[in-house]
Amino acid sequence: MDAVFKALADASRRELLDRLRAENGQTLNGLCVRLSMTRQAVSKHLAILQEANLVATVWRGREKLHYLNPVPIHEIGERWIGKFERSRLQALSDMKKALEAGDE
Amino acid sequence: MSKPKFVYVTFIRTTPDQLWSALTSPDFTRKYWFGVHHETDWKAGSPWQMVFPDGRIADSGEIVEIDPPRLLVLKWRNEFRPELKSEGYSQCTIELEPVGEAVKLTITHEMDHPGSKFIEAVSGGWPRILSNLKSLLETGEVVLKTKPER
Repeated sequence: MDAVFKALADASRRELLDRLRAENGQTLNGLCVRLSMTRQAVSKHLAILQEANLVATVWRGREKLHYLNPVPIHEIGERWIGKFERSRLQALSDMKKALEAGDE
Repeated sequence: MSKPKFVYVTFIRTTPDQLWSALTSPDFTRKYWFGVHHETDWKAGSPWQMVFPDGRIADSGEIVEIDPPRLLVLKWRNEFRPELKSEGYSQCTIELEPVGEAVKLTITHEMDHPGSKFIEAVSGGWPRILSNLKSLLETGEVVLKTKPER
């Protein structure tokens, strides 16, 4: 999970994910078009995104296609959003108990 | 222009056999797939259906290729939303590959239909199904179990 946060903590890498969201399944060359990054930098960022499982790759002949993989981001959401909801519900139920006890 | 397609990958701490059985057993599938289950005899060329808890058919198609516990390829069409059904059949490839103590599960879903609404619809569903499946196999619970922080 550290790898996901580290990968997302960089604006250039988020930009690459946005480009894949707009058009999934791009090659390295495709991703380099109209970007202010060097090909080498794009390639390095893609490796970090792949390591974090935020980008999945598929070979089509000799071309390596890159796909946005949102599953790890969803898992983070499940873990913490679910948790916050539960603690908020707990807080509400504690408040209800306290208020109702005060009525007696 | 490439076909509308997505590739989703998750790593689950389990064995390929356990994951395969989780993917194909109706009782287990209901637990992580919001009550829906498969109906098929899991043989290449056989019909395949996803069935809602109330018995309505959600999706239907055919087993294109099956090689337990490594590969499953399905021909897949939506049956309950006319605008999605009219797009015809998609192809869903499910691949399992052991990686260290985990299994890499790759779902590739694609359709030969530019701007496919079906692919858009299933692409939203898969992350939820996959994180439920991962959680169920790794912790035994669909929703992550947490103790209230005090």
